[in-house]
Parts: sequence; structure tokens; C-alpha cells
Amino acid sequence: MPSDQPIVVISRSGSKRWVSAADPSARKLGLRIGMAASKAQAVIAGLTMIDADPAADAAALERLTLWALKQYSPVVAVDGTDGLVMDTEGADHLRGGEALMISGLVNLLRGKGLTVRAAVSDTWGASHAITRLVSAETTIVPVGGVSKAVVGLPIQCLRLPHDTIHGLRVLGVETVGELSAIPRAPLTLRFGPEVGRRLDQLFGRVAEPIEPIRTPELVEVSRNFQEPIGAAETIAKYIGKLVIQLSAKLEERGLGVRRSDLVIHRVDNTRQSVRAGLQKPVRDPRRLTKLLCDQIEKIDPGFGIEKMILVAVMVEPLEERQVTSSLIEEEVVDVTPLIDVLGNRGQRLYRLTPVASDVPERSVRRISPVADETGADWAVKWPRPSRLFTHPEQIETLAVLPDQPPVVVTWRGKRRRIVRADGPERIFGEWWLRPREMEAVRDYFVVEDEQGERLWVYRAGDGVDLNTGSHRWFLHGIFG
Amino acid sequence: MSRGFHTRVIDDLRQRIAHLEGTASRKAVVLPFGIPEMDERLPGGGLSFGAIHEIAGGGAGTVDGAAAALFAGGIAARAKGKVLWCLTRPDLFGPALSQAGLHPDRVIYCEADREEDVLASMEEGLSFGGLAAVVGELVRLPMTQSRRLQLAAEKTGTMGLIVRRWRRQSEASDFGNPSASTTRWRISVLPSEPLPTVGVGRARWLAELMRVKAGECAEFELGACDAKGRVCLFPVSGDGSDTQAWRGSRAV
Repeated sequence: MPSDQPIVVISRSGSKRWVSAADPSARKLGLRIGMAASKAQAVIAGLTMIDADPAADAAALERLTLWALKQYSPVVAVDGTDGLVMDTEGADHLRGGEALMISGLVNLLRGKGLTVRAAVSDTWGASHAITRLVSAETTIVPVGGVSKAVVGLPIQCLRLPHDTIHGLRVLGVETVGELSAIPRAPLTLRFGPEVGRRLDQLFGRVAEPIEPIRTPELVEVSRNFQEPIGAAETIAKYIGKLVIQLSAKLEERGLGVRRSDLVIHRVDNTRQSVRAGLQKPVRDPRRLTKLLCDQIEKIDPGFGIEKMILVAVMVEPLEERQVTSSLIEEEVVDVTPLIDVLGNRGQRLYRLTPVASDVPERSVRRISPVADETGADWAVKWPRPSRLFTHPEQIETLAVLPDQPPVVVTWRGKRRRIVRADGPERIFGEWWLRPREMEAVRDYFVVEDEQGERLWVYRAGDGVDLNTGSHRWFLHGIFG
Repeated sequence: MSRGFHTRVIDDLRQRIAHLEGTASRKAVVLPFGIPEMDERLPGGGLSFGAIHEIAGGGAGTVDGAAAALFAGGIAARAKGKVLWCLTRPDLFGPALSQAGLHPDRVIYCEADREEDVLASMEEGLSFGGLAAVVGELVRLPMTQSRRLQLAAEKTGTMGLIVRRWRRQSEASDFGNPSASTTRWRISVLPSEPLPTVGVGRARWLAELMRVKAGECAEFELGACDAKGRVCLFPVSGDGSDTQAWRGSRAV
């Protein structure tokens, strides 16, 4: 199907057929959502029309929600017919913070061909309103900034029945700010308690817990408390008990957990969750308990916790394995438990691996700390500096062109007389990566000054032809 | 006769003190440098596992920590197992560490945004056990924190190496403040080994052992780490002209 051809989706109720969705090219030609199907056909000849399939839409949205549950947050639910809502508190740091998390999410979904808008705010109501009525692709409302962010939005965003919205419009109420300024009692008398409740939910005056989506396959254990608990030691004790139950259930099915969530119900009807991710499937209770207990300080028990649920959101098959005997071969220490602990604290863990490239900054690549050991090492035998600058720093030099090392180097205002030098080591640009590097050349020198400080400097260009580089000198690294 | 008696008494006392300190159950294991002159200055004949060792650079090395990182890398390379390297400024160049004997498969980097996270990661790594060494690049090392690291290291017998690296050269006076580390080194660069032709020879360092528990300070002129992480000793010479003596005994 050619992409420039306008397409619309047609919904029907009874004998009425109308446009429920239109692609950008159709909208450019003047088609609007809510327009009668016959009218749309009259505007554009040969318009491609697709019948809406609400059941399939709902199923797709549910699949997306389940995916988000595994990837982003322990508490994810379907929001209306066209959205999903997540409680990302305590889960965003694993994605590098809120801004990175939602821009990453939006980019990912856009790559799949979806049009997405995302917002992070204190309340479900505010995020719902902002995603649907603010045109920015991503919005982050700072903590406590909800009332300022939604005050100017129209009242359609309040998740109220259509009749109520219409009635409020008749009274001349257009924005959330105007609505919240009206005295509550007459409003309730006329429209019922729903208006006040939605307003309170929007501003966060009433809690609105998100009921997370669940599937029958999810392994879940829970525990109710007759008396609310709050002390860190008590929470740790019950985490330990839940983990043992969960491991037993996983063992029955031969599974190991890759991602597990602890959802906490507090007595004031709010929820909190912490998530622990693992590099490899695990069902060792000790390791899981440690990972979850590590995050106890993030749990705010408030007035007390009445229920704790432990879910294995992402599971993988885990077979029993025989431990190698120390008689036959030497025991290799598995460091994944340590990597899991540090990774869940938000540290960036990686290993470096060689890349076949002569350009120094491209010769190193970060890989997962648990990636298979390849045994590969850098092939280069020339000395390399122990500190390499991300951005080479320009230096002043005195050197004889084309291939003599500098005699004097001035870096950061300090003038150094060079006593010994080695080079040049010529490195050519990689034209197969970037066409602009077709002729680029760098000549590297190891230089040593009178104090014995060894520097790695290079000249952009071969010293003869200006096409190969600017002939300026740079400091790229420091040797030990 | 009386001399032998005294040694026995002192040995007995040492054992009793070690027993009180609670470290007697585990035999003190050390990682020797393989250079008798250096090892005899260190109690036990080498850098002890289950302890914290501080390494700083001298001169411009206080900021870049290039030589100190290589010295730490060489020590970690000679220990057996994986190495956790905690840092905040990721400017360490992998090929250089590999040339100092630390294979890239053995090093797990842990990059944090804050110094406190580096300390926490180091402590976690030290108390994990099963690592060859935990290296951390730190600006500040207060007494309390170094004590925590030392205790964690003692418990598992993992070696902790701290590369002190300051933001400005003037801040390096902080290195004089007390900490619980077992040894404290300062590695400064020296002019490299002279070659008969033009070029830069093997790098040389001045390694100052500034503090060592139950030992005395010392200074060594070292040849930088070779491909197996070993250093070699040069005779201390004022002008570096007397080079015949070490040329035969180079540990390459």
C-alpha cells in the first residue's frame, strides 16, 4: 500500500458510520475524526477505508501493556481504549531516569510505527490529561507541579461522561482551572459526586491505585497482614518468606526468575513497588532476598503495610546443573550475583572488548558484564596510554614537518621541552564508515618531557597534504 | 642462644595478638612483587590480600592517575580471578591495561555518578569474595569509609586497591590524612629507560612506599609493568647514568 495514499478507519454503531481515525495525509486533505463516512468519501475519491475492529485493538493494547509490564514497571494497566498507565516510581532509575525512560519508550514505539505521546506526573489523572491534550511528545511534570500543569487544560481531559462535560460547557466552564474554582456543593448537587472525585484524583487529593495487569501464567505469591507492618526488619523478614514460597513455585515449573516485583499495599489504599532484575535466570532464595532487601530503604511504609505481593514478571527456563568438582577442574567463580546487586543499584556495569579498528577511540566497545568470554585481546603492540581523552585537546607545538616529533609542547598553559619521542604511527581514516574520512590521516607520537611525563600526541594530517587534515596538533592521552 | 629465645617469645606474642585481632584463623596470604628488595620491606613478604592499599600519583599524576592506575592494574593482573574496577570518570583506556597484563575479559567496570556509589560498590565487591581484586578510583577517602573497606576486605581476603585521583593538583595534600589502608604508595613518573637509539624506552616510576603497617617507608625506582603485570627494579641512581647493573637482570 503506498504510504502517501490517505487511509481512514471507519467505526459503526447501528447504521451510523463515521471516521474514527485518519492518517496524516488524510488529515491534510481535510478529513476529521467524527466526520460521517459518506462525507469523507465525497471529499476524497478512492479513499481507502478500513473497518474498525475494537476487539483486536483492545487485544493489541493488552499485549503492549504486558510488554511494558516486563520492560518498564511493576505496575502497568490499560488506561481507557487508547492508553496505558504505569507507576514508574522506583523503576525509572533502571532506565537512567524519567526523561531517558519516556523518550526511550516513545522512540521505541515510534520505530514500530506507532504515534505516541507520553507524560510523567504525580497522578494518573494528570498524566492521562496531558498525554491526550498537550501536543508535546514527552512531558515531565515536576513533583508538586500538577496543579500548574493542568490548570489551563480543557475539561474533556477529566475522564467524565460525555453528558456531564456537555452540561458543564453549557454553564460556561471550559478549563480545569475554572471548574476547580466553582464551589463543590452545588456542583455535586447538579452533576453528582463524579466531578469532584475526578478533580481530586487529578490533583492527587484522593489516591487512585493502579490495578496492575496480570496473566494466568504469572507466578505470584502474596501475604496479608492482620496488623499493618512498618519496620524495615519486619519487611525484610516477610520478603524472605515470600521469596522462599516463590522459589518453591518456580521450582515446580522448572523456571528461574529474570525480573521480580514486590508490590506493597499500604493501609491508606496506595501502592508502592520495587523491582529487582537479574542477568541470568535465578531461583536461589538467598540471592533474590538480598536483591529485594537492598531496596527496602526505598519503601515508605506510611501508616503501615497490609499486604505484600511478590511476582515473577519475567521468567526463563532454568535447569538444575551439577556443580563442578574441584578435583576435576578448577572452580570458576560466577560473578553474576555481584553484578545483579550493583546493577540494581543503578550503576553502569560493562566489560570492554576489542574492536578491529586502528582509530584509538573506536578500538574499544562496551559489552554486557556477563557476555561470553571471547578471549579476544587488542592486537596492537605499540604502547597505548592508560588515560585516553574523550575529546583530544588541542596543543601548541614546535615541530619540523612532515615527520619529525614536536620539540616543544604547550598543553594547558604549561610549556614542556620534549627530550625523547617515538613515532610517527600513522593511522588512516575509515572511509568505509564515513566518506569524509577518505583521506584523513593522523600521525601519532609518544613524547616524553624533561620530568618524564609521557604524552600521546597526534597531528591531524600527514604533514604534506592539507587534504589529509588540518595539521593541528592534539593531545590524546597520557601514559603512566 | 638468648637471641633465639627472644625470637620465639616475640613470635608467640605476635600470634597471640593476631588471635586477639581475629585474623588468626585465616593464614595471611600475600602477593609478592617478585623483587626481594621490595618484598622484604613489606610485612609477610608482599602486598597482603584481605587489605586495602592506596596508590596515588605524584606531580601531574595526582590529577590523571595514569601511572597509579597502571601500577594497580599490574598488581591486579598478577592476582588470579576477575577484577572489579569502580570509577566515576571513564577515561581508562582498555588496551593499556591489557598491555599491563590485565586481559579485558577479566575486568568488570562499574561506573557510578557519585563518589559514595564508588565506595558502596567497592564494599559490595570486597565482601562478595571470589574476586582477585577490587580497584576504585576515588578523590576522598575518609577514615570511616576506609575502615569499612578494610573490614570488608579482611572478611573475604579480597585485595582492595584504591587509586587516589584528585581534581586539582593542590588538593593532593589530602593524601597526608590518616586512613585505615595497610599500605600507601605514591607512583611518580621518571624519565624512561635510555635507549641506544632515539625513542622512548621502558617507562620508569618512582614508587614511594609512604606508609606500611608494621613496616618502614621505602623508595624504589621501578620499570613499569610488563605484559604480565610485573615491575622490575632499577638501582636508585641520582642521574640515571649507571645503567649497566640492571640491564642484565631486567624482568621481561
